[in-house]
Amino acid sequence: MFNESTAVNLENRRLTSHAQLNELRDHILASRDPDRLEVVVCHGTGCFANGSPKVVEALKSALDEKGVDAKVMPGIKATGCHGFCSRGPLVIVKPHGYFYQKVAPKDAEEIVEQTLIEGKPVERLLYKDPKTGDPILTEEEIPFYNLQERVVLHNIGKIDPTDITDTIAAGGYQALAKAISTMTPEQVVAEIEKSKLRGRGGAGFPTGRKWRSALAAIEKKGRPVYVVVNGDEGDPGAFMDRTIMEGDPHAVLEGLILGAYALGAEHGYLYVRSEYPLAIRHLEIAMAQARELGLLGENILDSGFSFDARINRGAGAFVCGESTALFTSIEGKPGNPRPKYVRSVEEGLWGRPTVLNNVETWANVPLIIDKGADWYTGVGVSHSTGTKVFSLVGKVNNVGLVEVPMGIPLDKIIEEIGGGVPGGQPFKAVQTGGPSGGCIPYSLKDTPVDFDSLTEVGSMMGSGGMIVMDDRDCVVDVGRYFLRFLEEESCGKCIPCRLGLIRMRGILDDFSAGKGTQQDIEDLMSLSQAIQDGALCALGTSAPNPVLTTLRYFKDEYIAHIEAHKCPAGVCKDLITYTIDPDKCTGCRSCARQCPQGCIRGEKKKPHVIDTEQCIRCGICMETCKFDAVYVE
Amino acid sequence: MITFQIDNHTVQAKAGWTVLETARHYGFEIPTLCHHEAVTPSGACRLCMVELRDGDWSKLVASCIYPVAEGINVHTDTERIRNVRRWILEMLLSECPASKQIQDLAARYGLKQTRFAIENPDEECMLCGLCTRVCEEVVGLAAISTVDRGVHKKVGAPFLRPTEVCVACGCCVTICPTNAMQSRIDAVRRVPATAVTAPTSK
Amino acid sequence: MTTQEASIDEILERYPGSPEYLIFLLQDVQKSYGYISPDSMQLICDRTGVPESQVYSVATFYQSFRLEPQGEHDIKVCLGTACHLKGGQRIMDELKRRLQVEPGETTPDMKFTYTSVNCVGACALAPVVVIDDEYYPSTTVKKLEKQIKALSQD
Ligand SMILES: Cc1cc2nc3c(=O)[nH]c(=O)nc-3n(C[C@H](O)[C@H](O)[C@H](O)COP(=O)(O)O)c2cc1C
Ligand code: SF4
Ligand code: SF4
Ligand code: SF4
Ligand code: FES
Ligand code: FES
Ligand code: FES
Repeated sequence: MFNESTAVNLENRRLTSHAQLNELRDHILASRDPDRLEVVVCHGTGCFANGSPKVVEALKSALDEKGVDAKVMPGIKATGCHGFCSRGPLVIVKPHGYFYQKVAPKDAEEIVEQTLIEGKPVERLLYKDPKTGDPILTEEEIPFYNLQERVVLHNIGKIDPTDITDTIAAGGYQALAKAISTMTPEQVVAEIEKSKLRGRGGAGFPTGRKWRSALAAIEKKGRPVYVVVNGDEGDPGAFMDRTIMEGDPHAVLEGLILGAYALGAEHGYLYVRSEYPLAIRHLEIAMAQARELGLLGENILDSGFSFDARINRGAGAFVCGESTALFTSIEGKPGNPRPKYVRSVEEGLWGRPTVLNNVETWANVPLIIDKGADWYTGVGVSHSTGTKVFSLVGKVNNVGLVEVPMGIPLDKIIEEIGGGVPGGQPFKAVQTGGPSGGCIPYSLKDTPVDFDSLTEVGSMMGSGGMIVMDDRDCVVDVGRYFLRFLEEESCGKCIPCRLGLIRMRGILDDFSAGKGTQQDIEDLMSLSQAIQDGALCALGTSAPNPVLTTLRYFKDEYIAHIEAHKCPAGVCKDLITYTIDPDKCTGCRSCARQCPQGCIRGEKKKPHVIDTEQCIRCGICMETCKFDAVYVE
Repeated sequence: MITFQIDNHTVQAKAGWTVLETARHYGFEIPTLCHHEAVTPSGACRLCMVELRDGDWSKLVASCIYPVAEGINVHTDTERIRNVRRWILEMLLSECPASKQIQDLAARYGLKQTRFAIENPDEECMLCGLCTRVCEEVVGLAAISTVDRGVHKKVGAPFLRPTEVCVACGCCVTICPTNAMQSRIDAVRRVPATAVTAPTSK
Repeated sequence: MTTQEASIDEILERYPGSPEYLIFLLQDVQKSYGYISPDSMQLICDRTGVPESQVYSVATFYQSFRLEPQGEHDIKVCLGTACHLKGGQRIMDELKRRLQVEPGETTPDMKFTYTSVNCVGACALAPVVVIDDEYYPSTTVKKLEKQIKALSQD
């Protein structure tokens, strides 16, 4: 990117030992002035879409105009997502650490004059404490950040992901160099086992145990063995893995190389979702730079160990996140899952022993090897060690990416870090685990967020999607949403999933049209059971979960649809009416202009009225009205 | 030899056998739709599910692919199994309502009609995938394949147009457990302009 | 036409001729041509040695492959969970009303193709619409209308 800090030339700098890596690191650190001015501009997807590239342009031209002299000429650094996406674009000025939010190009001049030249913060752009209204100067002091424990994300937002020298300066590849020079592969496996690391991709399977079974399979069948990164991140509404791949690609790569070393793999694959072009680009750059330095490829750090990897872009199929489907897809075929009665550590890619782990799982590996399993088990709780990254979205003030120690109460994430529901009322439910997970009601807000506790309440950890719902979100609608999603994403191979999901959705469609019966609820439960028991892969077997948990915790709301023909949340179109509150309506005519039916009438500057006969309940009027005059019942 | 239990009877099987093979060998009845000795099992129809039990623990597996193992305790007809089979058949009654075979099978589970709406009254195919497997694995041509995914999945030739790759051997028609391939074959096979008569299988 | 032929040859040469590169080839062809024509599919079969029926099976299984020419502008409406809760469907319905074609189809003037996607990873900005690879945060029906008008005119 446009990082001017790369004063270090990497050409012909192939590293041949841990000592040389340290030398290079010292050299990089020495060439950097810690007091140098630096403007960090978040270039994560959120800030990028909100215009961070334009902010950079504006900063550059403001610097040109002001004729800033070389001494105060800052470096400009583009980083991955800082997690606080709802406040983007974010700009941080170092060394002061001033944290500016919602920065627009027009703010550039002021930042240059006040902060870069005079060293003072631009108060207007600082984050304000929502309770006291006081401005907060730095990232560390903001509640959203200081309640988190950023372990896996520690580099993201600080380093330029396209410049390996940043990674090396921050301690990247230390774990790899340490393992290769001082640990046997067996010791690496043992350390991962001891850390009790569990897979972050959904099921929470112990990673060390998986690697151990792979060793047993290799014993039986010999090599080759493959190591694979699952970067398919299919959960709609989640972007943890994306952020890691984009913001700290070397962490994933280093983890993968460590896994390859532990298992004696020579070849690895990174399967990345096609909707993530930037993640793919950053991983490609990272791999090229790592090869250049002898950290990937032939004879890594002159140890005799060789390993290389390749990226497979997904082609748009959620089911390819499932392990056997992912392997068939890498083999170039349609991603139909295979029955898993022989485990994929024994018979995975090309029928060979294979270890597949999630992006975040791999990114934990270097941390464990570097700092030791004892340190790792000190974070989190005993059966769920370490931290977990969540993407906190939906009806919550601080939408973004958060990393917390396992076992933290759900409420703390939503209320304290997330800042609660806009408007201040309690949340209605939190959906975790994506389409395979479930809804946790407010009454269970103290549930500790770890693998086993979430399963106990009928939901699951999943990959880390956390969707906050308020009283305007309908559980029947959410159930329909996930079923429709899975029905479109089902591979269609087995009958319970291919036909069962669409039939379940049909029953919910009836509910939302006010046409259901008690018998339908019973059928829904028994059909769910048949799908859970009968489907071939976990897409199908877990698909009824969102419906089953909402039936468990929000049965009244289902009954309201069926018996009273009402959608209490005001979502199901057939059961609601839009009305304009004459006291609030100013007669501005905005809604009438937008209404696709042209069914809003009234004189200018007088209260308007909706003709409910013609209304198609699209909700555009409610979205358009600036005076909250349109309401729904 | 591997020794285990089916419906509380002791049975023996060779290593590498499936539960279905063993059960059939001993005359236990397990319904199947997507299984045929001539092609690789795929585990698609889920009608052959059996229940494994071990104390309080129990799990349903597809017997046509589940490898036998020492000491397992297999049940072929439990309430949980019947629930799966009934729903599958009830859904198939609306999906391929024209298939006599499906109707007969459904009747054996006490199902005469379906709660679900019928969209295509002439449909017979239930996507067992036997035809595509036989064409690829036995005939060696792969003239047809599955097309699309999920609820839109179907079997057909590329671009859903007749193809010259098909030699009209009729294997797919023979293996099809419903009558579906019979009425589809003309949509699959294109007679090359030069050919006088298409070869037929005996 | 000859330049295009040359470039498909160049694409075919990028990978070894084996089945595992089938998806790579389909992706690269689609990237250069916007869709995969029957002719290029045939060339890919020859190159990888995969029977045509199986290539067709792959091309129809994965959502990102297009087998027909696409509109000049590509509109993707995010219907991931976050966007769904914030009204993504409303945007989708509005597009249908406005463009008068079904999702996945192209307007008769070949200007627009629109589809839904499941999460583009910018959930904080829900509802998100991606037009020609550019993200539009917090989209409303009104903002969408402006964009479409602007694009229809050029
Ligand atoms: C339908 C389906 C989709 C999945 N999608 C993903 C995914 O996008 N990313 C992921 O890491 N795991 C996904 N998984 C879980 C993987 O199958 C697998 O368990 C995981 O990648 C193993 O890695 P871990 O042990 O590190 O979690 C999915 C599973 C299913 C059944
Ligand atoms: S459960 Fe669904 S996705 Fe999995 S194999 Fe069956 S049809 Fe395919
Ligand atoms: S909901 Fe839609 S159709 Fe009904 S009045 Fe409002 S804008 Fe018009
Ligand atoms: S045509 Fe017959 S053999 Fe082929 S999938 Fe359909 S039912 Fe099975
Ligand atoms: S993209 Fe900038 S904070 Fe997430
Ligand atoms: S016969 Fe076993 S799944 Fe169809
Ligand atoms: S749900 Fe729309 S961007 Fe994630």
